[in-house]
Amino acid sequence: MPLKPMPELASPLMRPREAADALEGELAELIVAALNLEVPAPSIDPEARLYGEGLGLDSIDILEIALVVSKHYGAQLRADDAANTEIFRSLRHLAAYVAAHRTK
Amino acid sequence: MLAYRDGHPIRAAQFLAAAAGLAATLPAGRHVINVCADRYRFAVGLAAAVLAGKVSLLPPSHTPQVVRHLRQFAPDVFYLTDAADCAIDLPQVRFPDTPAPVPPWRVPHLADETLIAYVFTSGSTGVPVPHPKTWGRLVACVRESARRLGLAPGTALLATVPAQHMYGFESSVLLALAAGAALVAERPFYPADIAQTLAALPRPRALISTPIHLRAILAAGLALPPADLILSATAPLDAPLAREAEAHFAAPLIEIYGSTETGQLATRRTAREQVWHPWPGVGLTLEADRIWARDGHLEAPTPLGDAIELLEDGTFRLQGRLADLVNIAGKRSSLGYLTHQLLAIEGVRDGAFFLPERSGAGGISRVAAVVVAPGLTEADLLAGLRERLDPVFLPRPLLKVERLPRNSTGKLPQEALAALLDAAGRP
Repeated sequence: MPLKPMPELASPLMRPREAADALEGELAELIVAALNLEVPAPSIDPEARLYGEGLGLDSIDILEIALVVSKHYGAQLRADDAANTEIFRSLRHLAAYVAAHRTK
Repeated sequence: MLAYRDGHPIRAAQFLAAAAGLAATLPAGRHVINVCADRYRFAVGLAAAVLAGKVSLLPPSHTPQVVRHLRQFAPDVFYLTDAADCAIDLPQVRFPDTPAPVPPWRVPHLADETLIAYVFTSGSTGVPVPHPKTWGRLVACVRESARRLGLAPGTALLATVPAQHMYGFESSVLLALAAGAALVAERPFYPADIAQTLAALPRPRALISTPIHLRAILAAGLALPPADLILSATAPLDAPLAREAEAHFAAPLIEIYGSTETGQLATRRTAREQVWHPWPGVGLTLEADRIWARDGHLEAPTPLGDAIELLEDGTFRLQGRLADLVNIAGKRSSLGYLTHQLLAIEGVRDGAFFLPERSGAGGISRVAAVVVAPGLTEADLLAGLRERLDPVFLPRPLLKVERLPRNSTGKLPQEALAALLDAAGRP
């Protein structure tokens, strides 16, 4: 899906791919902490599924992550399609959504 | 007005015509699993089944294992879906995108004894247990509901819970079909979507939800639209949260206590009182350490899964779940049932589900499990469990061990299980 330009970069010297990686890493840490997951954050494959298979999150986890994302990034998660799982297709997808909608 | 879909009102006449049209196209099987996610389509499917003399099956989940059990319960079962990619292993009927023309319809008269549905619970062995629901009792129950909720005619019911579970079935579908409210097709999930969908509905409007969802909505930091009523059920709601919800929605919050087996049993105004007020005619008695509910709208005498303190004025206090039973974010099962599913996986030699002492993140306790399965990986085991269980019951953590710490009588003491968690480095 088309991405808007990042509203701010982690550092003025970072290129967009580095900033995206940094956001993915940051999100992974927040998710592991919020859900008390067993896996170390850096080991989460950014392209692996988050919901159902892969990381195996369920709807309770998704609600918790929505809260974390709204508090930390000022972004409200919305159902982006009928299946309601596109945002959580992977960490990369989630980071892209946050980058496009963050207000903090 | 019977329903709202995509912001458009739908009248009863249109609903009945759609139901009659769908009824004419259903296959011969007497039993149907209605998995429609759209609440209006679920209701049309339910009504179509009734018109065609069929019975709807409402299981707690649609895992392959549950579906296999339902096929044994009713070999002629088919399923009705409104999703393009539903992969249940049964004959499928897709909800039509454009309804077929239909002969003149009329408001059907249903005899009280008409069997509308079987709602299933997990039970304690591995097999889902059917609970019949007949029309007369369902109607009596929800009409009392409408009365004590002070439900204004035509109140739009926006629910975050599925139509297929008893709470949603009664409070988001039957309240519309039998007690004058209006059902809402959408089932929003994220707080921002819930707020937006609620704001777009005409007044009077109600939010039908659960403690976990109410907590999330209130924590999201959104400007919330005013409502006329909030309902909460499936797990106990604490009074401070109830007061916060009432303040933010400027509406009374009524909490419902009930079960799949009994339907609704009691209500309370959680912001103001602790005691519960049972439905009229329902008898609650203590028999051999267990509280039984009977009469009223109940189909059969039923033991309750909670310890209850009966008070002299007929009200009661809830004291807590009975030992084996678990409630995770409003979904109920038993450790016995969950353990049974684990042991049924090929390659599992021994195993048990248990509840760790301390609660997990966000206050949601998860079930843990310990298992002896030398030839299986954790991923294999989770895949096996996913075939059989609702995802919320997947164990966290799942500990693989060489031997379960059973004592001399074969039981698993809580301290031994806690020690296993500590040894594995888990809190």
